[in-house]
Amino acid sequence: MAMLSFEKKYRVRGGTLLAGDLFDFWIGPFYVGFFGVTTIFFSFLGTAMILWGAALGPTWNLWQISIAPPDLSYGLRFAPLQEGGLWQVITVCAIGAFGSWALREVEICRKLGMGFHVPFMFGIAILAYVTLNVFRPILMGAWGHGFPYGIYSHLDWVSNVGYQYLHFHYNPAHMLAVSFFFATTFALSLHGALILSATNPGYGQVVKTPEHEDTFFRDTIGYSIGTLGIHRLGVFLALAAVLFSALCIVISGPFWSRGWPEWWGWWLNLPIWSQWP
Amino acid sequence: MADYLNLFTTVQAKGPVHLGEALGPGNSPRTGHPAVYWILGKIGNAQLGPIYLGGLGLASLICGLIAFNIIGMNMLASVNYDPVQFVRQLFWLALEPPPPEYGLSWPPLNQGGWFLICGIFLSASVLLWWARMYRRATQLGLGTHVAWAFAAALWLMFVLGFFRPILMGSWGEAVPYGIFPHLDWTAALSIRYGNLFYNPFHALSIVFLYGSVLLFAMHGATILAVTRFGGEREIEQIVDRGTASERAALFWRWTMGFNATMESIHRWAWWFAVLCPITGGIGILLTGTVVDNWYLWAIKHGVAPPYPNVFPPVIDPALSLGVKP
Repeated sequence: MAMLSFEKKYRVRGGTLLAGDLFDFWIGPFYVGFFGVTTIFFSFLGTAMILWGAALGPTWNLWQISIAPPDLSYGLRFAPLQEGGLWQVITVCAIGAFGSWALREVEICRKLGMGFHVPFMFGIAILAYVTLNVFRPILMGAWGHGFPYGIYSHLDWVSNVGYQYLHFHYNPAHMLAVSFFFATTFALSLHGALILSATNPGYGQVVKTPEHEDTFFRDTIGYSIGTLGIHRLGVFLALAAVLFSALCIVISGPFWSRGWPEWWGWWLNLPIWSQWP
Repeated sequence: MADYLNLFTTVQAKGPVHLGEALGPGNSPRTGHPAVYWILGKIGNAQLGPIYLGGLGLASLICGLIAFNIIGMNMLASVNYDPVQFVRQLFWLALEPPPPEYGLSWPPLNQGGWFLICGIFLSASVLLWWARMYRRATQLGLGTHVAWAFAAALWLMFVLGFFRPILMGSWGEAVPYGIFPHLDWTAALSIRYGNLFYNPFHALSIVFLYGSVLLFAMHGATILAVTRFGGEREIEQIVDRGTASERAALFWRWTMGFNATMESIHRWAWWFAVLCPITGGIGILLTGTVVDNWYLWAIKHGVAPPYPNVFPPVIDPALSLGVKP
């Protein structure tokens, strides 16, 4: 039985958004629900398309398999399946599967009487994906501006698109996004370490308290954000990292088509500099 | 709805400030009387301070300030001590490492000598800070997990500025101090060694970087979603599981078939965050020392994907220079 010792009392009916009790059941540890069914549909179809694309391609090497978007000449039209149409079908399936997964999380939250923070955060991640492969290609006028589905081919895409703007590190939104990625990882290491240090103080010693945690951070940096605050901070930092990532790519092309180092010219040319000797 | 999501503290209870857990003999007194700020209390604890300075903390701050001032004064000198140009060009200014011809020898002060002195003080500062984190934890009877996580970040820092320059035989390999200059260094290193995207340790490091952000989004959001059941009292939930932990665990079990526990999620967090600089440091240490061109390395090991020949074939210029994958 795939149930935890305390699980049975939580497995109650209700909380669904669609289809009432029809899919309100579990398979093993997984909750199904209406959106579980749509998740399975989209992910099976999408994975099958990827496998088909791989079978049509030159290699079964896991690192090298790549499903490319249509050529730029197709613009925003449908392409034949072997000419990037598969990429378009897979993109639709991915959005369907991600969206279904988020709504399934909402149903589980409702069932457990929890807030909707997790599906909201997942929604922001979906937004970043849609920005990359739907919004930006639409703004640029061709699906060919999306990234290919492949382990190393998507890295090639990141590299090539970066150098199209000469030096992507100078993109101000990219600078903020990277800073927030580092800051989130830094904060996560501190939070994980603090909880582990309070609950694993060494053999023979008693587990410590939140007062010890607060004292440690006040002693070292003068402020402790506290047990509730650190989770708000983590959510905020992760949110900012993803939002600025989406921003940094959607402005590249649609709103700025030259090298990013050049963008900083406005600062060097501010009129205030000439007013001082 | 806003109360329900618990994004901000709506009612702030005002109690006596906490002066900190008692410290044993051999410790200094704490500095500063705590102040309470309403705005801080909206997000986290309203109390600011006190702080423990101590010998290690003071020494670390002094060394760090010296390093900071060396960088600032060298930047100021590079614009001829013009304060307006200092502000205008701040993001472009740098304290650069010595030119490569000096190798590992000591260069003149304005040829990277200041850079090395700055590096010595900055290293002393972070090592003293490491000792401070270790000692503050042991003095409170806590485990030393924070110090060891910090050590992982120091590994990356010393690979970039110490171990790799020594293996390459030149302090000129170190990273310059400056906003745009360190970004230029990063891009130049990547291009010089055949694109760091093909470096598998770079790939792993990014996996752990993104993984850490994903984990904090998942964990932070899960805890906020069960705060109505007291989920933010994590230590209490670890030693005496309550309905907050049970719901948080079941949420993930029902979603993805697997769940961490209130304690193990923090082990996942610690390892993901710590492995990011550890794997990154390995990737940098191998670059130029063991592997000369990551793209050719990736071709040799069947990792880089082949593309249709849209343009006439070009020979990698690195190959004509005698570079071996």
